[in-house]
Amino acid sequence: MSANIPYLRERLAGKILDAHALLGDETILIAREEMSGIFRLLKQDPQLEFNFLMDITAVDYLGKREPRFEVVYHLYSLSKNHRLRVKVPVPEGDPVVDSLTPLWKGANWLEREVWDLFGIRFRGHPDLRRILLYEEFQGHPLRKDYPVNRCQPLVPERKVEGTFVDERSGQKLSQLKQKMAPKT
Amino acid sequence: MGPSHPATHGTIKFNLKLEGEKVLDCDVEVGYLHRGFDKSCEQATWTQVIPYTDRLNYVSPLINNVGYALAVEKLLGIETPPRCQFIRVAACEISRITDHLTCLGMAASELGAITVGFYLIEAREFLMQLVEDLTGARLTTTYTRIGGVKHDLPYGFAEKVVQTFAKVRRLLGDCDRLLSRNRIFIDRMSGVGVISQETAITYGLTGPILRSTGVNYDVRKTQPYLVYDQLEFEVPLGSKGDNYDRFVCRFLELGQSMRLVEQAFKEMPQGPIGVEDPRIALPEKEKVYNSIEGLMRHFKIIMEGIHVPAGEVYQAVEGGNGELGFYIVSDGGGKPYRIRVRPPCFIGMSAFHEMIKGYMVADIVPTFGMINMIGGECDR
Repeated sequence: MSANIPYLRERLAGKILDAHALLGDETILIAREEMSGIFRLLKQDPQLEFNFLMDITAVDYLGKREPRFEVVYHLYSLSKNHRLRVKVPVPEGDPVVDSLTPLWKGANWLEREVWDLFGIRFRGHPDLRRILLYEEFQGHPLRKDYPVNRCQPLVPERKVEGTFVDERSGQKLSQLKQKMAPKT
Repeated sequence: MGPSHPATHGTIKFNLKLEGEKVLDCDVEVGYLHRGFDKSCEQATWTQVIPYTDRLNYVSPLINNVGYALAVEKLLGIETPPRCQFIRVAACEISRITDHLTCLGMAASELGAITVGFYLIEAREFLMQLVEDLTGARLTTTYTRIGGVKHDLPYGFAEKVVQTFAKVRRLLGDCDRLLSRNRIFIDRMSGVGVISQETAITYGLTGPILRSTGVNYDVRKTQPYLVYDQLEFEVPLGSKGDNYDRFVCRFLELGQSMRLVEQAFKEMPQGPIGVEDPRIALPEKEKVYNSIEGLMRHFKIIMEGIHVPAGEVYQAVEGGNGELGFYIVSDGGGKPYRIRVRPPCFIGMSAFHEMIKGYMVADIVPTFGMINMIGGECDR
């Protein structure tokens, strides 16, 4: 794997907050305001050519670090065969970052998943809604302050257009409840 | 096209916008099998996560086990002995064969080639018996451990593999003769579900879907892990990016995987099957019951978990459907801080609407079948 960090430091002079290559994984930390420009450079620069966006995820450092969340992007270049991890710290009070859907179409679903599980919004995303959990779910489960065994409130059955819902069982249930109700 | 439909194996819902038979748009709803893998892993110790990884891509569980173990070993900075690496390669490839056999069998039987479906399921049965001999279970294998594998190969395993592969090759030959020049099969699969190279790269697709468009990307070749750089195999490539190319890619990969397993057994050295580091490996039972150090070591490793130094790592392995990546963050304790699986099926499904626009409702079945969405991996 080529050593990209010196080249990146020179190209993105001053915009990199931190960089390391521990355990063979090159990682840079950037600020969220400069995100779109930096990713466009990473994708189009002829020496870097990161054409694959492999993964978008987030980590919640509640209580351990100051910007609470960190959105982590994994990039891969097919022609140069090198990988890069880009981390963007996001504070709790304003969890918004720019969306990468204009650059990579694969970012669409990956960012929806981060919104679903962490609650980090993506500015400019065409259709930001929950993907793995249902719409009426309350909370964002992968945050560290969401307890593992929390029960969600029961959701009544959604009426979907064009489908047939059998009303007789609902009526029987309400009649049974009336019959069994304690006589006042 | 609802979550429980006989032709979409795995719970997934397609909201289709149709004009007669033609699909104008497709909104895919996943998440019916979301079981909270990430959150559950944060509550378990490093070794207790391994059963959770079995259930990710449940037709190729050994690949998930190996991928996770490799990621944690990268964080620990240890390398397993050569015999363990060859055993892991053989296990991975056997799992890859079962994955591809399931995909091809189901796809063929949904198109009407039920005989082919049965033949491939029979072939998969022989391999499942091999997996059961090796690990004790067909699906919940939990075979690797941090720093090695659980136990050595059973007696006579290599001969059993040779006999099984002879039977599997005979069945594959039959299926090849039934399908490869079959007019109906080619008409239904060729030219359907086409995706171009640029679109595939933009979506981040990997694995047989990407290789069917002609892009030569296989993690085993570009960034070899375990002993793949010492073994010889080829990576089949397609050219058009349609369903037929994906089918043939998977079919040829079966042959290559069998070749890899045979080479692995030929070149496997004798030796230990795990690192002997006292902070990572469990001691033998004689030491646990007869010495106080063994007892203490056993107790600490089981109750607190292995102490993995703080840091983060990303390890990619080649899964049956593409690059299976594990991104692991550790805070130095016995439990993981964050485990993220990069699911190749999830990303494949995100590109599904591009593959199906403009085609007919009946084309959804083979296209979806050749993406091989495994619910456990897509939704975790």
